[in-house]
Amino acid sequence: MDDMMFLTFLATLVGAAWRLATPLIFASIGEVFSERAGVLNIGLEGTMLVGAFCGFAAAFATGSVPLGLLAGIAGGMLFGLVFAVFTITIKADQIVVGAALNLLGMGLTAFLFRTYYVSTGKGIEIAQPVLIPFLSDIPFLGEAFFRQNLIVYSTVLVAVLASLVLFRTSFGLTLRAVGEHPKAVDVAGRNVAAYRYGAVMVGTGLAGLGGAFLTLGHSNQFVEGITSGRGFIVLAVVVFARWSPIGAFFVSLLFGLFYALQLMLQAQASIIVPYQVLQALPYIMTIITLVVLRGKGAAPSKLGQPYEMR
Amino acid sequence: MAQVNQGVRETVYPQAAQPLYRTLSQIAISAVTPIAAVLVALACGAALLWLNGFNGSDIVTVMIFGSFQDMRSVGEILLKATPLILIGAGLCVAFRCSIWNIGAEGQLYVGAIAATLVGTNFDGLSVWVHAPLVMLAGALAGAAWAGIAGYLKVRFQASEIVTTIMLNYIALILTSYLVTGPMRDASAAYPQSARLIREAWTPRIVSDMRLHIGILVAIVLAVALYIFLQRSSRGFALRVVGLNPHAARYAGMQVARNVMIAMCISGAMAGLAGAFEVAGVTHRLYQNISPGYGFEGIAVALLAGNNPLAAIVSGGLFATLRSGSEVLQITSQVPQVLVLVIQGIVILSVVAFAKLRDILRIVA
Repeated sequence: MDDMMFLTFLATLVGAAWRLATPLIFASIGEVFSERAGVLNIGLEGTMLVGAFCGFAAAFATGSVPLGLLAGIAGGMLFGLVFAVFTITIKADQIVVGAALNLLGMGLTAFLFRTYYVSTGKGIEIAQPVLIPFLSDIPFLGEAFFRQNLIVYSTVLVAVLASLVLFRTSFGLTLRAVGEHPKAVDVAGRNVAAYRYGAVMVGTGLAGLGGAFLTLGHSNQFVEGITSGRGFIVLAVVVFARWSPIGAFFVSLLFGLFYALQLMLQAQASIIVPYQVLQALPYIMTIITLVVLRGKGAAPSKLGQPYEMR
Repeated sequence: MAQVNQGVRETVYPQAAQPLYRTLSQIAISAVTPIAAVLVALACGAALLWLNGFNGSDIVTVMIFGSFQDMRSVGEILLKATPLILIGAGLCVAFRCSIWNIGAEGQLYVGAIAATLVGTNFDGLSVWVHAPLVMLAGALAGAAWAGIAGYLKVRFQASEIVTTIMLNYIALILTSYLVTGPMRDASAAYPQSARLIREAWTPRIVSDMRLHIGILVAIVLAVALYIFLQRSSRGFALRVVGLNPHAARYAGMQVARNVMIAMCISGAMAGLAGAFEVAGVTHRLYQNISPGYGFEGIAVALLAGNNPLAAIVSGGLFATLRSGSEVLQITSQVPQVLVLVIQGIVILSVVAFAKLRDILRIVA
């Protein structure tokens, strides 16, 4: 009987891990695109917040989750456009601009939320789980994998699609070349800036989607700073994943597992360690990840550097 | 002036000592960009207020002038300026060395924890010993916390951007654990530590105002860091490492050591800021002792063009904006987070104007 309980616990854990990993999966795959093109966006935290807020606001107004998701993507991309203009066209330092956008994202979303929504205290309708026929009835596996909402399922599709685009299309090849050897791309007659713009838009659009999932697929409310550092954890996920979309999917799942473990163990009264230790788990694991995976063999060689035509 | 903005990657070489009049004229020229940046940010803030049904002109009348009502309100601004100047000046050193320490917030918290530990123990010391000891504890703890990220960078090439941010969260969680657990004052309704022993408090400048000598310490240290960066050989080495680590290595400079020093200096300044918050303002440790000074310090340093001397001015400016945003919230119900939007736009404008100036220079 104890084994049964453990299996149930495990199934719930894995299911929760996938859900909690979903925002990380979207944002980290997006950041893989961006970094492959040589653009390091540390403004993802702010971008995800904007996505979360836009998603919430749109769903609040229309009552529609799909429209909310679209608004999240659009909000993320709009924010990304600012980042792109400053880092690609103006060629400002990517870290400085990213830090500014984090402040801006945090400030704007909190300002608008307090101005328009905080007093209403109402939540929104969120995406409901879709039970896959037959598969969801499989003991344990059904609970773990086949009782999620559509946004969670779509992460698999996004990961596969991103991998195909990045490694199997000429667009992807050029995109990667832009991050490794922009001059070659330039000489070949392709527009480096245009590719970087494209990569940043894909990246921030997905980050916006990841943020929107937090309000539309997970909590039913916007909370100031709802991303709680996920935008930064994503940066570590991308390093761990060696700049691969499929890798980003699985590494995000691992981090989702840390989140899920933290929440489920917190609920267990008998636990001996203080809950703060569990709370700190994702952050500590991020640091350990970076230390264990030292050496930047796979990093795009022009990561973080603006391209100057000469 | 040459290093007004580190954000612009250009080939600028650190300069040797120069006559004072040249320094002064450079200060005047380099002040144009930050002033323009602040004006743009305030204009954007006014537009944001106006678009959302608030009174846009409040941003000037209330936010800037409203916070200068009397001596007491000026004292409150200087009180807020203290951590901002300390953190901002410290981050100037790190950023000059191209070390992206985003972890000042966490370093502040760890400094506050250490200050509380020292300030609640060692009863019977004189104020001349205990108060400085508390500051020292804060600075050392902040330096050590930043040192973790520095070590991970030089030893394992772990990005300090990510590690310092993660250490922020860990420090906040640690504080929450301590004030709800081992360090909790059991008699209090809210999670907070015991009160610091009176001799450990940072002495006040005027007895009936909260302003303490921390502001003087902050200004002196900012000047000291400016001299360190511009006039000492170690400061020179830090700047060379920041501009071109490969060149620094060929010149026989130890990159790893300079990175550690830059990291620990910025951490010590943030830790000291944390010590002053506990020993000078609240006299107890709380879960949210900082309203984001560590992040605001980044904006302070960038607006100052990574010059510790200018950080005194930009720290004062951001403190004014923060005070003003509090007044604005009380008088017009404008959410106080407006100040974050203004900070973000200030950084973006600084970057844009620096670029614009480069373009103008090329054209001219």
